[in-house]
Amino acid sequence: MIQPALVLAVSFGYLLLLVAVAAHGDRRAGQGRSLIDNSLVYALSWGVYCSAWTYFGSVGRAASGGVWFLPIYLGPMLAMLLAWVVLRKMVRIARSYRITSIADFIASRYGKSPLLAALVTLITVVGILPYIALQLKAVSAGYEALTGGPGPADAAWWRDGTLYMALSLAGFAVVFGTRHLDLSERHEGMVAAIAFESAVKLAAFLAVGVFVTYGLFGGMGDIWARAQAQPDIAALLQLGGQGFQGFQGAQWFTLTLLSMLSVLLLPRQFQMMVVECVNERHILPASWQFPAYLLLINIFVLPIAIGGMLIFGDGGAGAESYVLTLPLSQGAEWLALLAYLGGLSAATGMIIVETVAVSTMVCNDLVMPALLSRGRFARTGGDLTQLLLNIRRAAILLVLLLGYLYFRVAGEAYALVSIGLISFAAVAQFAPALLGGMYWRGATRGGALGGLIGGSLVWAYTLMLPSLARSGWIPGGFLDGPFGLAFLAPQRLFGLTGFDELTHSLFWSLLVNVSLYVGLSLAGRASAREASQALLFVEVFQRGEAQPVFWRGRARPEDLRRLAGRFLGAARAEALFRDHARETGTALDSLTADARLVDRVERQIAGAIGTASARVMVESVAQEEPLSLGDVLEIIDEASQVRTYARELEEATVELRAANEKLKSLDQLKDDFMSSVTHELRTPLTSIRALTELMLDTPDIQPAEREEFLAIILSESERLSRLVNQVLDLAKIESGMAEWHNTDVDMKALIVAALRSTAELFRERGAEVVLDLPEQVPMVLADPDRLTQVLVNLLSNAAKFVPEHRGRVEVALRQQGDELVVTVRDNGPGVAPEDQAAVFDKFRQGGEAGNRPPGTGLGLPISRQIVVNLGGRMWLDSQPGQGACFAFSLPLSQQGRVR
Amino acid sequence: MTDRVLIADDEPNIVVSLSFMLKREGYEVLVAPDGTQALAMIRGERPRLVLLDAAMPGLSGFEVCEAVRADPDLSGIRILMLTAKGRDTDIARGMGAGADAYVTKPFSTRELIVRIREMLA
Repeated sequence: MIQPALVLAVSFGYLLLLVAVAAHGDRRAGQGRSLIDNSLVYALSWGVYCSAWTYFGSVGRAASGGVWFLPIYLGPMLAMLLAWVVLRKMVRIARSYRITSIADFIASRYGKSPLLAALVTLITVVGILPYIALQLKAVSAGYEALTGGPGPADAAWWRDGTLYMALSLAGFAVVFGTRHLDLSERHEGMVAAIAFESAVKLAAFLAVGVFVTYGLFGGMGDIWARAQAQPDIAALLQLGGQGFQGFQGAQWFTLTLLSMLSVLLLPRQFQMMVVECVNERHILPASWQFPAYLLLINIFVLPIAIGGMLIFGDGGAGAESYVLTLPLSQGAEWLALLAYLGGLSAATGMIIVETVAVSTMVCNDLVMPALLSRGRFARTGGDLTQLLLNIRRAAILLVLLLGYLYFRVAGEAYALVSIGLISFAAVAQFAPALLGGMYWRGATRGGALGGLIGGSLVWAYTLMLPSLARSGWIPGGFLDGPFGLAFLAPQRLFGLTGFDELTHSLFWSLLVNVSLYVGLSLAGRASAREASQALLFVEVFQRGEAQPVFWRGRARPEDLRRLAGRFLGAARAEALFRDHARETGTALDSLTADARLVDRVERQIAGAIGTASARVMVESVAQEEPLSLGDVLEIIDEASQVRTYARELEEATVELRAANEKLKSLDQLKDDFMSSVTHELRTPLTSIRALTELMLDTPDIQPAEREEFLAIILSESERLSRLVNQVLDLAKIESGMAEWHNTDVDMKALIVAALRSTAELFRERGAEVVLDLPEQVPMVLADPDRLTQVLVNLLSNAAKFVPEHRGRVEVALRQQGDELVVTVRDNGPGVAPEDQAAVFDKFRQGGEAGNRPPGTGLGLPISRQIVVNLGGRMWLDSQPGQGACFAFSLPLSQQGRVR
Repeated sequence: MTDRVLIADDEPNIVVSLSFMLKREGYEVLVAPDGTQALAMIRGERPRLVLLDAAMPGLSGFEVCEAVRADPDLSGIRILMLTAKGRDTDIARGMGAGADAYVTKPFSTRELIVRIREMLA
């Protein structure tokens, strides 16, 4: 046994440590070096899911039902692994519209309905109070187990340590959870403390697990083996073991579904996952880190449960405190103390976050509307930030005291797990309205209201009231049906039997909930505001920056500014208007209260007082035109038109830029071409000018030299005129100005004619020409003069490059499918592979420098242009040392094809 | 002793005119048809002046010029670049490569010989 004084000292010491962590987190946030801006801390903060209920209760449940403790963890694991996209959408919606609680989320989606917000808040408070009581009970029970003395709850209330624990937690929540009014600003200190608590409870639970498994027993295998030896324990290890007839898939499904929903819908989960999310990028990694956390914290649940049963032999009674009593019974008092701290951190983490979340809802969705409905409050002008913060603080205190009261009155009535599940079932009622609202535009406020009211009434009737009846607060006869009507028996509604009470309740409540939700949505008609909010929620990712603003009316900037000042404080209101002026490019004084500014102010206020109340406040200072459904459609239309224009403009810009680039590169090409032409023109001119000058200046020049010079001048003049002609020719073809006299051409005759006109060239070089022409080929449609130009060019090129006196040129004509192919093969040096790509470029000449055959470097480019213009292709096959083979193809003419 | 001048150009007809001009003035003439051979002859024969065509196959005139200027052993050699490309950027490139003078084609033999005499004086 441990001295009560020590336990108390350690408890309060631990709370002080939490305060230090939170203060450090807030300080770091203030310095801009966020402690929580990483996915691991984010995932750890989700660990607030594991409350004292799971910390102590899992072992208890494992001891009585074997693997039945598992679905409560399987659900969240599945939920996070499968539904992280849903979470991401929730975060994006909440961020975009500054939504700060689950009540706000649902109310905002259905037209910013204050009624819905209040309803969700009420359900939450009723559902969550027992859950908070449960945490207090866990801490109190832990204290009892540790000190061995009578629980503090047995003492008079003013001597009850649990009360003071509750009060100090309220103090913590007030200090770190209500620092600023705008909840969309995060509470970094609180998140840091919660993440720290998650780490502590994991470490403590693992420590106990290792102690039991490897300290008291010889490892997992040993425990298993011993468990098998005892039939009552062995039965636990099978699915659907002790206490259940066979494997009850329905109940597994129910529990898994329930915990899947609650990991998204419990107020504290919404607070941590959505409101406190620093960066959307953390969601994906956290969505596997969190399941990993759950896996770790569950590894030792069964070993501890079985170990406890083996050692105490009590068949599971008192199993909920095995985590404490096992180390204690073995004299490991410090470990027991650590385990107690783990439980304390589980309880305090849950309580802190839950009360902060619930206080926001109570303040924004219950108290604010009540205050606003009194005209005097709405009209007076003062700064309300302090008042609102105080309301929240009072709400935190109130919720905790109510929880404590519940704990004092009903604490002994029910096992831990059952109370937790009742709360789970309550928040599960939010699922249709919340999830449906994110993906179904047709859902209406009427449907959401109907579903929520119907579902929660059935929940209260089938789950809540029976639990009260069992505690003896309602006559037990109620369980057999009111007024003796058996078909209305709360746990066998309409004779539905064979399920446990939870499955039974969830089945009926969700059935009623979903039916009403869908039915009323389909039957009813959405108002304009609902339709516009539906669009903003469902298409939050599609809209991006260009969101339509659904507001029409007149407002005065100074009214808006005063309004913002009341809820945000003067400084932030000032900053808000300044930002807006900067972004819209207007002077601060000449801001007009257009729809965007009104929307902006409303969103900012929504962060402080909730969307529904913000709507009411903005309405109170502006003359609004009520929007019809037609108006909403019109606004959507306008917005999408703006988007379309923006996209078209962007596309046009891209096209223009591409065209500009193309022009630039064409310009560069032209420039290069001009430069090359200039070079080619200047070279012969240089010889002509220099030699002429030299002859003039050298009267006594030798006749032989003069002869040589004159010959050079003549040939360079010819080269010049050839060049000028070809440049003009190429320019004409490329610009499309050339005249084409196309007619049916007999390619064979054309080749023979071209050979005749180049025969002299071949004779000079001593080269042999071999012809390989078919008897007859179909006609092609072409300009015969141009085609002759191509053939002569290829033939004279071949003549230039064949070796002197041993030259051999083969000319072949073939029909291949719908084409005629002409090849001219020489036995010259060939073209090196690296040069082959460039041979059709302008002014690229083959051959060795110095002894290169005369040419302009334009023959092949012109030839290729001609062939391409006639619808054909020209190419080169060459292996160095084995000659070159130039070829071109032309399509057969219609007439040629018919034949 | 007569000064040795190297003509580096790939156009045979221009080589004909340049070498006639230089021989008439009494210089000893060397000829290289491309950049690579030009550089080898500069290193081997140490001409006092090089008439260097900018656009040659193999090494271009610019590259030959840069190589000569990078070699301390060849510091006394004067270089006159000849080019058929008259753009300002080409001239800047030639001067940047370290040529002593830059003459565009087509040139006047009368003016060219005056420049050559000055450079060898």
